[in-house]
Amino acid sequence: MTARNQPRKGISLRAREALHGYGFIMIWVIGFLLFTLIPLLETLHYSFNQVVVSATSINLTFVDWANYSRALFTDPSFIELLIGYTIETMVAVPIVLIFAMIIALFLNLKFKLKGFFRVIFFLPIVITSGPVIRELTAQGAASAPGIANLPAVADFLAELPRAVRSPIEYLLTSFILILWFSGVQILIYLASLQKIDKSIYEAAAIDGASSWEIFWKIILPSLSTATMINAIYTIVTLSHFSENKVIQYIYNQTYNMQGGIGYASALAFIYFAVMIAMMGIIYLLLMQWTKRKSR
Amino acid sequence: MDEKEITVTQLFRHPFTLRIGGFLFGSRAHRGLTSSIILYALLIAIGFIYLQPLLFMFTTSIKSPNDLLNPMVQWVPTELYLGNYEKAFRVLNYSQTLLASILISVVPSVLQTLVASIVGYGLARYRFWGKPIVFLLLLTTFVIPPQNTVIPQMLTYRNMGLLGSPLALILPALMGQGYRSAIFILIFYQSFMSLPKVLEESARLDGASDMRIFFTIAVPSALPAYIVSLIFSIVWYWNETFFTVIFLEGGITTLPMQLSRFTQAYESLYPPGVVNIFDRLNEAVKMSGTFLNILPLLLMYFILQRWFVQSVEMTGVTGE
Repeated sequence: MTARNQPRKGISLRAREALHGYGFIMIWVIGFLLFTLIPLLETLHYSFNQVVVSATSINLTFVDWANYSRALFTDPSFIELLIGYTIETMVAVPIVLIFAMIIALFLNLKFKLKGFFRVIFFLPIVITSGPVIRELTAQGAASAPGIANLPAVADFLAELPRAVRSPIEYLLTSFILILWFSGVQILIYLASLQKIDKSIYEAAAIDGASSWEIFWKIILPSLSTATMINAIYTIVTLSHFSENKVIQYIYNQTYNMQGGIGYASALAFIYFAVMIAMMGIIYLLLMQWTKRKSR
Repeated sequence: MDEKEITVTQLFRHPFTLRIGGFLFGSRAHRGLTSSIILYALLIAIGFIYLQPLLFMFTTSIKSPNDLLNPMVQWVPTELYLGNYEKAFRVLNYSQTLLASILISVVPSVLQTLVASIVGYGLARYRFWGKPIVFLLLLTTFVIPPQNTVIPQMLTYRNMGLLGSPLALILPALMGQGYRSAIFILIFYQSFMSLPKVLEESARLDGASDMRIFFTIAVPSALPAYIVSLIFSIVWYWNETFFTVIFLEGGITTLPMQLSRFTQAYESLYPPGVVNIFDRLNEAVKMSGTFLNILPLLLMYFILQRWFVQSVEMTGVTGE
């Protein structure tokens, strides 16, 4: 180590290390500027303008907040889609988390054919793509088996007020799809389940704790980080999914004569804000829950 | 009546609950026969529900037009009918779109994995100012919805004449800004952090350069992370349609892109007014197309599944 501790060429060791470190991440920093930050700022700029794209140039006319106020106050379909998206995400996130946790607990056990069941439960990671999902939903193959098509259920739903009905309808018609979004989350839960020290279980068992208590007092608290990661991951995947109706609406607006790119950019930022707000809410809820558990 | 008297705690202490809890959360004793049967029954039931759309897709895809119309035929077709696949194969222009999809998913994935490992290594092994900022920005790139950055990129590509060329997807991947690059960088960060530094330090004492140390010592020891990243990357690029539709429109057509305009493509090959009723577009043909779409991924998954499952645990995606 003595050789390394001596500064060479007048640069301190610390600075040298930092320089080499920057060398490794430089390509990412440039990429971040070129492909994320600059386009993001440009989109923000567009959102305050009327944008007309011609074959050779892009003409901007400053319109202040007009795009935003149109989206929030005069466009009837956008707000409706946005509310639908919020409800659907809020319904889907807890289901994905609970389902992923249960499957991960199962797959963490020792039993024969475990490999086979793992293959089944990770399969949707591989095949979940927009067009495939669209085809499957169009055929009604994604609904909760046997329940969604019963006439009694339809009658029951018709009686309910709209605010209650739409989440339930969503749940029934896309139940399996919601489950299909839990592949990666199962993996994350499994990984953190395997990090729990086995001797804690034994100690708890010797002290007379039932398995149920072990779950609530040991397993669940140690899954809190994974739960947070999974919640964020689920929101992001659902929100970026190309079959998402809000995304499709924004995409269609981009090519619309009336409004065009400027309006679509404003929509994109409103959408982004809603998504961040949802993450914030879920984050706070989970934090609260973790705090209460640790007390 | 009495049921109401049972409090929640009593319910948890009830022998039956304890038994369920016992096998769910790893019981102290060996699992009995009953719990084993319950376990398998549950797993099979959930597994069936989970795979139901896939089974539906497959059985529908081999139904002949007669079977489709026959209300008695639900899950088991009366004959193995491959005509749907023939049509779907033609409509999807399979050999060409398959090649395009392989190109569009494999090339960016390889580059993205390589760059992510370099960046992850830099973050894991070097101390420098501003690292928390880099992590924060990494997470931001993961969260930002694609439509918040895609329009200026598209306009720039249009000016550069890159729209429709695979380069439009390759360039961001090359700069660590590919599809979900942040996740891969975190995977590599995590796995380099968990590797011991000893070998690298002794190589440094011997005078090896940083790049040399990275490629000869760090890369081989993080092989599982490379495999995981590559597989996930290929899968996600393959299934991605938002960027591909915007960046490749008018140029290369990938399988999912062709699937999303399946109806149009079908009707231009088999005009509905001209062909007889059995050759009209039906759900069996659509399902064949969908199945052909995921078939390459299924094959890859079944061949590599051991790696897929095991190495994820090794690298610990949790990022704790």
